[in-house]
Amino acid sequence: MSERGEAIVEIRGLVNRFGQHVVHHGLDLDIRRGEILGVVGGSGTGKSVLLRSIVGLKRPDGGTVRVFGEELERLSSARRARVERRFGVLFQRGALFSSLNLQENVALPLIEHAGLSRADAERLARVKLALAGLPPDAARLNPAELSGGMIKRAALARALALDPEVLFLDEPTAGLDPIGAAAFDRLLLTLRDALGFSVFLVTHDLDTLYSSCDRVAVIADKRILVAAPLAEVEGTDDPWIRDYFHGPRGRAASQAARHHSSPNGEER
Amino acid sequence: MPDNVSRPGRLEQDAHRLSAIGDWTLPHYASLRDAVARVHEAESIDLERLGELDTSGAALLVDLLGPDTVRDVDRWAPNLPAERQALLRAVADASRSPLFAPPSPGGGPLAALAALGQTVERLARQQRQLIAFIGLTLSTLLVTLLTPWRWRITSLVAHVEQTGLNAIPIVALLTFLVGAVVAFLGATVLRDFGATIYTVNLVTYSFLREFGVLLAAILLAGRTASAFTAQIGSMKANEEIDALRAQGLDPIELLVLPRVLAMTISLPILTLVGMLSGMLGGALVCALALDISPTQFLNILQRDIPLRHFLVGMVKAPLFAFLVAVIGCLEGFKAKASAQSVGEHTTSSVVQSIFMVILLDALAALYFMEMGW
Ligand SMILES: Nc1ncnc2c1ncn2[C@@H]1O[C@H](COP(=O)(O)OP(=O)(O)OP(=O)(O)O)[C@@H](O)[C@H]1O
Ligand SMILES: [Mg+2]
Repeated sequence: MSERGEAIVEIRGLVNRFGQHVVHHGLDLDIRRGEILGVVGGSGTGKSVLLRSIVGLKRPDGGTVRVFGEELERLSSARRARVERRFGVLFQRGALFSSLNLQENVALPLIEHAGLSRADAERLARVKLALAGLPPDAARLNPAELSGGMIKRAALARALALDPEVLFLDEPTAGLDPIGAAAFDRLLLTLRDALGFSVFLVTHDLDTLYSSCDRVAVIADKRILVAAPLAEVEGTDDPWIRDYFHGPRGRAASQAARHHSSPNGEER
Repeated sequence: MPDNVSRPGRLEQDAHRLSAIGDWTLPHYASLRDAVARVHEAESIDLERLGELDTSGAALLVDLLGPDTVRDVDRWAPNLPAERQALLRAVADASRSPLFAPPSPGGGPLAALAALGQTVERLARQQRQLIAFIGLTLSTLLVTLLTPWRWRITSLVAHVEQTGLNAIPIVALLTFLVGAVVAFLGATVLRDFGATIYTVNLVTYSFLREFGVLLAAILLAGRTASAFTAQIGSMKANEEIDALRAQGLDPIELLVLPRVLAMTISLPILTLVGMLSGMLGGALVCALALDISPTQFLNILQRDIPLRHFLVGMVKAPLFAFLVAVIGCLEGFKAKASAQSVGEHTTSSVVQSIFMVILLDALAALYFMEMGW
């Protein structure tokens, strides 16, 4: 197994723009093997666009994105597909296949990439759906018949289908009830510890940041302001960061996290 | 994790002791599943020589031992690293509730019969819905007509441009070609009777009465009814229709009326274009192949062809337009929130509207014939 801590995604000088609108300018960021990297920033600061440019859905207008040491842009389509298979992506709006039911949604990559038979794949898909916290009878529902939180869970199950090496999650806990969100945080840690994948986690959920993330990257001003362990980020002298972590919600979440971890250390 | 040489996972059984060996991971799922299925009962398993383990391998272990045993993994495999125990426990918890959803109903002759019945019933319901929707559209139209400040001129003009103006080239080209073909046919058949001059009558009759309007309507059915269905269907899938309703806006007034009216304005114009360009195609063939000069063509047209043929063709246009537009919109509203469903309804809207156009045209032809028009 490769060493923990080595960078598996390296972004250097990334530039992204839509017409005149510059979203990223000279953005640098690493994702290290085995870490859970939280990505925060105000609405519209380009977190989802950053995610899309890492997984190769948006061609950068400048700079380089190296994944597993290679630039996706430069790879032949077969090799690129092999790299992309090592990704699991949860899109902000779920992006479930609307013509397939949930178990088929999760089974699709298992059939296509892992070569499982349909029956095997659907059985495994039901395990993943249950792991993501969906009841068994949801397996045959269509995406249109789901609640907002259920869509997130199903999308998580699909992202986890192939036990990917890098998991990209775009606001996975938005729309989940607090109990479900806490269960999600625990699941993410359990799976990361057991499977050793890395996670790029876009979130506005302060509790998730405090409970799961090893490092936090803050996007502002078209670039990464800081990317460091939470304690260090909290101490950064920047008005936005101060408002974010030391506003009423940030304080509550940090107190809750401290309260949780100090008396009984076995929580993690 | 990936590029290491993987040791295929195996299940070994000796002296009543099971042991899991090698990588219990997704690539080996199929063979491991078979091995697991062969074991009848197992209380515990030796995990000392286990290589990699992922969720699929954990799911197999849960299949093998049952969720309750796996839950107590620290009892029978205390040496397993804590994170693997946690993974096994998480998968065991997830597998606790029955994972088998009820099977879907099977086939057989009875099911085929039932499917037939359902299809017939659906057809009947479809026609009822269509009539109801026509009524709804007409009543909304009436109310809107009486309240001029609710007319949506901008939307109407935009739709007229898309459905009418943009379709002129294709309609003109198509009818031109068909006109030429009809003239050739006429020339070939009538030559035997020495009556090639009647080719002019053939072309003008057929285009004024039938082909002009029919071809234009069929083209619009393929081009525009499908667009209406796809537009409204994807709005439906995206809950945009619900959003309109929730804001107290009437989707019929906002979405259907502009489309239906635009179509009713466009099709007569396109019909006229179709008639003219079809006769032009006929005239060209007459001039080139039959030595009937354009002047002669126009003379015959003026002398022999009464105006009523033109009117018979024209009156059908608004009717066809209304039907095609209404079917396109209705199918859009019937679409469910999936890409598949939008596709199915788009197909259905094209098929239905072409069918209705041809059916109505046949009925109209009978009627006009009996009336001697
Ligand atoms: N396809 C696109 N075309 C044009 N502009 C786009 C496109 N996608 C994103 N943008 C712009 O890029 C900026 C960043 O968008 P992005 O979706 O990354 O925001 P975000 O940080 O994910 O916000 P949120 O937290 O609300 O999800 C926004 O200003 C948006 O308008
Ligand atoms: Mg976003």
